[in-house]
Amino acid sequence: MDNTIRTQPAASRPSRFGELVRDTLVKLDPRAMVHNPVMFVVEVGTAVTLWLTMFSSPGPQRAYDGLVTAILVMTLLFATFAEAYAESRGRAQADFLRQSRATAQARVVQGDGTWEWTEGTALQRGMRIRIEAGDVVPGDGVVLEGVGAMDESAITGESASVIKSPGDSVTAGTALLSDTLLVEITAEAGQTFLDRMIALVEGAERQKTPNEIALSALLGVLTLIFVLVVVTLGPITLYYGKHVVNITTLVALLVCLIPTTIGALLSAIGIAGMNRVAKIHVVAKSGRAVEVCGDIDTLILDKTGTITMGNRMATEFLPVPGVSLEELAEIAWMASDTDTTPEGRSVVELAQHILQRTQALAFSGESVPFSANTRMSGVDLADGRRVRKGAVDAIVKMVGQAPTALEEAAERVARAGGTPLAVAVDNRALGIIRLKDVVKPGLKERFANFRAMGIRTVMATGDNPITARVIADEAGIDEVLAEVTPEGKLALIQKEQSQGKLVAMTGDGTNDAPALAQADVGLAMGVGTMAAKEAGNMVDLDSNPTKLLDVVEVGKQLLITRGALTTFSISNDVAKYFAIVPAMFAGVPLLHGLSALNIMDLKTPQGAILSALIFNALIIPALIPFAVRGVKYRPQSADRLLLRNIFNWGVIGVIIPFVGIWGIDHVLGLFGLA
Amino acid sequence: MTVSTMVVWGVVIGGLLLSLKPLGTYMYKVFTFQPTLFDRPFKPLENVIFRLIHVSRDSEMTALEYGVSFVLMNMLWALMAYTLLRIQGLLPFNPQHFPNLNAPLAFNTSASFTTNTNWQAYSGENTLSYFSQFAVLEFLQFVTPASGGAVGLAFIRGITGRKLGNFFVDLTLLLTRVLLPLALIFGVAFVAAGVPDTLGPYLHLHTLTGQTQIVPRGPIAGWEAIEHLGQNGGGFTNANSANPLENPSALTNVLQSIAMGLVPVAFFYMFGLFAGKRRLAWTLIAVAGTLFLAMLAMIYFPEASGNPVINLLGLSGHGNYVGTELQQGIGGTSIFETASNAFTTGSVSAANDSFLPIPSLALFLGMFLNMVFGGKGVGLLNMLMFVLLTIFLMGLMVGRTPEFLGKKIEAKEISLTAIAFLIHPLLILVGSAIAVATPLGMAGVFNPGPQGLSEILYAFTSGAANNGSALGGLGASLPFYEIAIGVVMILGRYASVVLMLLVAESLWQKKAVPETSGTMHTDTPLFASILLGAIIVLNALTFFPIMALGPLAEHYLLVTHHVFS
Repeated sequence: MDNTIRTQPAASRPSRFGELVRDTLVKLDPRAMVHNPVMFVVEVGTAVTLWLTMFSSPGPQRAYDGLVTAILVMTLLFATFAEAYAESRGRAQADFLRQSRATAQARVVQGDGTWEWTEGTALQRGMRIRIEAGDVVPGDGVVLEGVGAMDESAITGESASVIKSPGDSVTAGTALLSDTLLVEITAEAGQTFLDRMIALVEGAERQKTPNEIALSALLGVLTLIFVLVVVTLGPITLYYGKHVVNITTLVALLVCLIPTTIGALLSAIGIAGMNRVAKIHVVAKSGRAVEVCGDIDTLILDKTGTITMGNRMATEFLPVPGVSLEELAEIAWMASDTDTTPEGRSVVELAQHILQRTQALAFSGESVPFSANTRMSGVDLADGRRVRKGAVDAIVKMVGQAPTALEEAAERVARAGGTPLAVAVDNRALGIIRLKDVVKPGLKERFANFRAMGIRTVMATGDNPITARVIADEAGIDEVLAEVTPEGKLALIQKEQSQGKLVAMTGDGTNDAPALAQADVGLAMGVGTMAAKEAGNMVDLDSNPTKLLDVVEVGKQLLITRGALTTFSISNDVAKYFAIVPAMFAGVPLLHGLSALNIMDLKTPQGAILSALIFNALIIPALIPFAVRGVKYRPQSADRLLLRNIFNWGVIGVIIPFVGIWGIDHVLGLFGLA
Repeated sequence: MTVSTMVVWGVVIGGLLLSLKPLGTYMYKVFTFQPTLFDRPFKPLENVIFRLIHVSRDSEMTALEYGVSFVLMNMLWALMAYTLLRIQGLLPFNPQHFPNLNAPLAFNTSASFTTNTNWQAYSGENTLSYFSQFAVLEFLQFVTPASGGAVGLAFIRGITGRKLGNFFVDLTLLLTRVLLPLALIFGVAFVAAGVPDTLGPYLHLHTLTGQTQIVPRGPIAGWEAIEHLGQNGGGFTNANSANPLENPSALTNVLQSIAMGLVPVAFFYMFGLFAGKRRLAWTLIAVAGTLFLAMLAMIYFPEASGNPVINLLGLSGHGNYVGTELQQGIGGTSIFETASNAFTTGSVSAANDSFLPIPSLALFLGMFLNMVFGGKGVGLLNMLMFVLLTIFLMGLMVGRTPEFLGKKIEAKEISLTAIAFLIHPLLILVGSAIAVATPLGMAGVFNPGPQGLSEILYAFTSGAANNGSALGGLGASLPFYEIAIGVVMILGRYASVVLMLLVAESLWQKKAVPETSGTMHTDTPLFASILLGAIIVLNALTFFPIMALGPLAEHYLLVTHHVFS
């Protein structure tokens, strides 16, 4: 396939750094800023102090006004930079996806069965296109005719090719490796799955999430309260005479008090949250979906295969009386020596473990492959012995008279959800191999974490109850629903929701679509059908159902980060009062006593105000890493989380500015500014 | 601390602690329409009332209907009070032949008593007839706290997942089942303790020095009962409970302090029963109780250690008794004043103007917070407003959409709550700013230095908090203050309450989320500490600058022995 027609030349785009600088400046536009009330107030305040600087008389007052204005401009730039930076990180991911966007041409099939080249951008829903080996799929669609191998690595990152046959969906940007397909287009050009993914990651379609709207509203009212406090302070100080406080100082106080820290970082937090989701190869159709993940009460995992390795593995040898474990292990090894299936490999590995040897067994013979007819496999040794392992009834038939212990052991294994395999040499049955599906490593701990967070996990599976129960117990899943139909899954979700719970589920099939749509969070698998992908509100490109667990953590982290920075922002104000209030009234003889409130021992009134303002500005870039990466999240109960975060952000948030302002004041003192 | 102080405090605090459970449980039964002991005497009476006003016990109102009923009913009472005060001279029971009130004073007084503020820009004994006192103002002292309590009830119902109820039913039941019986008990107790209750004219007494003294009296005992039970706080006479006829002994002092807190504290407990979480009630009681004790300490200890300037003269060791009713002492005065401003009653047992700055700060604190139990129902409503704000701010840190009692707090609720929170500082700050910036306002300032400013701030704070006490010293009878504070009282009473009713309804409509270990618990010591911290920080951020300019500035002048001549 020809890569040059697929990727846009990188040179046509401005450099990442230039873009960042440009965005940082463009975002200062008051028309854009007005959507962020906190920073808009800062901008208005900057305009006021700038005006004062320009028209005040030259001298110390003008220098002070100028310094305050400069710090306010710095504050604004830090805020717009934070947002621009978060966006630029998102754009980097969009570029990765864009590389795989097809700008290819489409072979559109005409009414008479012939085809014509058409620009991929002119594709419309309902058109039929022909895709030949080596073509890049120009649009989303459904296969009507033909079977072919598709390379979906551009979207899923998986290198293994996928076979597409009639009814399967194909995605723009993937490439056909073999054969020819007739495909009906299901999405308008520019509306393909990939296009939407890019738009979402870039933030072009970013809408404020419910919680973000609520927090913005609260921050807006808090800002209003501080505007009120500061604006009324002017007239109230008239009690002590005219010109008690100057306007520049009032603006400085206002900017210090309003929650600029969270105001500056709020949108960066949201953008970064989406980026973190994209980074784990999940495409969320909205920020809301990610946020809802933090609130999930019930997690529904479809089918047992979601949490198991998917292969049955030998976990135990059960010899019949009179046979040693070692003998059974050795014979089982022989029987499986040439068996390359995962089951066969696992028998050998278990035997190696029991016999404590790794080198190959020394024997010669002719291997007998598994056949559906005999339902056993093994080896005919050179000495004439026939070594076999296979279905229990087939082995019993072979040996003629099997000990009752063998059938008892087989039944025990079956009852515990495993699959028994019998092992025999000629007419002598030696024992049973327990084959069992095993839980993927690490999952048990994750489910335990979820329990700690208060999330209940339910496995809804089509498997039989015994198998499902055993796997669920092993993984630590709270509840199992076996032999569930797609309708059953839907009913299960509705039942949970009727109790007020928020439900997340995963699925890939078309028959999962209603359940995915019903769930509050539906994570569709990237390899799944288009119907499933449309119904869910997230798509996992890696098609790993347990990815839901990661998304839940991102959702929680998103909310925690917002809460932590809001708390921090408000806690900071305490120290700022102690810096500014004594300083701003220092010129009034009757209020000299208020210098007792200057517990940081700041040197001069102007220095105190500048220090508080500089601290207020610097804390924004200092917290960008937290906003972009998210505050560290550990799965634990809400009350423990609260205790930890209240300490980290509330208590420390009160203390840090005392230290910071004191330090900045000393630095300013070195330059004669304080 | 003297033994008598400890006894007085112990009886008041112990009395409130012992009463909150039985009274709260009783009120819970009344307002969930369960049978109680008092059904037999009261039900027939209530049924007559309900038939007359065409409502049934189980009828329901939306938040808007409830809020509008509350506001309209109050407007009607205010109009009635205004009219009757304006024609006082024509009405009976006026042995002293007091004339009609002028328009600004009648507006201020009717606004004041309708909003449960009881700010008094007049001296009762020199201005009002017995008719105006008991038929107009005392009537309002019964119905307006009941209507405030009704709103609190509606809020409790909504936030605990119930329909809001019917304003007129709640109003009636609060009167018949709570206020009237309690007022009867306390009225009789006050008479027994020596408080006069008569319609006879003022006494003319010949004193030992041969002078003639007029001793105002009247139907005082009944007034005192409902003045305190309803957190009204308007005194029968100007000196309020510092007048020995209103508050003759340590016993009445204690009884009045308890009467103020009885119903507000029981409301907290009743809320716990409505929510099905008694621990939550105790958590909120602990938070409000801590603030109560802090106020008490802030008043008592500076007063007991005396005025630094006087101490400097070598007269130390006796405490600051200026303006204090000596028989109550500093201990008795402290608990009364704390109760009065914590429960937003606003009655006084001392001259607040004579308090040292830190005790004044404590009085301000009670009114700024307005939820240290507060007025009945309304105080709880304010407390829950802070709970919602705290949960939203801090609750995000547990990684879930913040929720309270299983209901998610989203944009609509938090916006309304935040605006309700905004109204209180708005009224105080804007009102004070206008007063200071205009000659009309400054014309009422007679004290020099920070105290003069504190008096203005106090007046508007008292009006906004519907408290009604005054620091004194301010020319509050100037038309400017009568009108400005009248307006502040009205906005302070109705605006935030209606907003919070909308919050309750919005929460009621939501589906409840079950509690898991991922849910932040609101009934733990941890949450209590966080709530307390959030309340202090949010209020300090709002009011610290004006407090620095008023009481704090004065405090620092005092410790440096600055004296105004």
